[in-house]
Amino acid sequence: MTEVAWIGPALAAARPQAVAALLRYFRDLDVAEEAFQEASLRALKSWPVNGPPRDPAAWLIFVGRNSALDELRRRNKHDSLPDDDVIPDAENNEAALVERLDSSAYQDDVLRLLFVCCQPDLPATQQIAVALRIVSGLSVQEIARAFLVSEAAMAQRITRAKRAMQESAVAFETPGPVERAERLNTVAAMIYLLFNEGYSASGGEAHVRVPLCEEAIRLARLLLRLFPSESEIMGLAALMLLQHARAAARLDATGNIVLLDDQDRHLWNHALIAEGLVLVEKAQRVGIPGTYQLQAAIAAVHARAARPQDTDWGQIDQIYAVLEVLQPSPVVTLNRAVAVSKVRGPAAALQLLEPLARPLAGYFHYFGVKGALLKELGRADEARVAFNQAIALARTAAEAAHIRMNLDRLDK
Amino acid sequence: MFYCILCYNLESEIDAWTREKEAAIMAKCDAVAHELAAQGRLGPVGRLMPTTTAMTVRASREPLVLDGPFAETKEQLLGFYLVDCKSLVDALQVARNLVGDTGALEVRPLATFYPGIGLQ
Repeated sequence: MTEVAWIGPALAAARPQAVAALLRYFRDLDVAEEAFQEASLRALKSWPVNGPPRDPAAWLIFVGRNSALDELRRRNKHDSLPDDDVIPDAENNEAALVERLDSSAYQDDVLRLLFVCCQPDLPATQQIAVALRIVSGLSVQEIARAFLVSEAAMAQRITRAKRAMQESAVAFETPGPVERAERLNTVAAMIYLLFNEGYSASGGEAHVRVPLCEEAIRLARLLLRLFPSESEIMGLAALMLLQHARAAARLDATGNIVLLDDQDRHLWNHALIAEGLVLVEKAQRVGIPGTYQLQAAIAAVHARAARPQDTDWGQIDQIYAVLEVLQPSPVVTLNRAVAVSKVRGPAAALQLLEPLARPLAGYFHYFGVKGALLKELGRADEARVAFNQAIALARTAAEAAHIRMNLDRLDK
Repeated sequence: MFYCILCYNLESEIDAWTREKEAAIMAKCDAVAHELAAQGRLGPVGRLMPTTTAMTVRASREPLVLDGPFAETKEQLLGFYLVDCKSLVDALQVARNLVGDTGALEVRPLATFYPGIGLQ
């Protein structure tokens, strides 16, 4: 470890808040990012000599803002006079700035920064990529690697996404309660997409991409520290913690998928599970169940079972029933069918699957579940058809291999 | 005298540690704790879950239950050590051995101590 190894995490930790505050000052993402970059360079020179500042984020905001103002003044000497709209709060000193950071204003700054990444016209993967670049500060190379595309392609994607973001008008006033709730919703969905991208890769060789899951959890914790009473953010964080806790057990040594029932539960991360269970309990106090909370509650039932046969499938079925009302979706029903098969048998579950045939005609897991239920009922020929359809829809090698294993077992 | 050493740091920074960094820091702290234990001076040690799991009960006409940690501080309380020390100088030395590159340790002598039932 080098002498200044602590600076990396310190900069990474301060980044969301610092870039968010700089975005509010300059109302321009590029200027904000450049300002943070410049402040980081100065930190690398100053911090090893002077030690870490008491409040790294405040230091970076102050230094970044001043350097960007200098830069703007330099440019404006050649162009035109400085525009007061572009340089608000120019007279603020550091003390006033720090005071402001203590207030609740920066909650909305960070939320806004996350929110501008969630442009509805951008494809989900681009929203995630741009959030990883701007909010988390991952390098283009790291993001490209995570998404298994070339660095040049990812750079182009991010540039395009940023242009779309610059063109959209985002309100810089402090949001009202309704708008804040909407923003939180949108941002939560983006964070969950990021997690899912890591949890179940949408393509390529790697089936699980741990860094993406960890980054999603980091963002959820960040959001929850800013909005500690938001039960759905608690639910989101709990859901991801409980699912990610199983990461080490989800693939075997050769990279094959290990289903929940067959996982070695000693490999589960029990610290993450404990944290997830606490958050589920905390969220339930609020008494307004949301979709993340319900999904987390289901994950909690699994996490509490020491052995697969201890799983309270009846409770899982009940929670899915509530989820079906709150968020009707064929995928939710498909998942409920798995619980139903455990409580009332495969025939009842298969019945639940019938209306899903059309909406889930292109869904890998639909055919995987259908095949497994048919197999259980001893209808091997129909099971084979379903498994073959699943293989055709598999997105990763691990998914395909898992179904092939099921097919092999059918033949025996 | 028993001293409580309270560990504070920015939780966001802990979140940004790599696994290697986390392991290195914990190894360092474990080594200090090990030595204290060998000297018969180490009491309970605890690492707290993130503040996002915290609740606060505040005195009021009806006790008020709030989501989140007790105080909105820059640095968060992450854990504690209880150590038997001859003097404040001694306790400060233990804290110096424990402190990392960032964060802070608060050294507070205990007024009373009840060892509990030895929870496992």
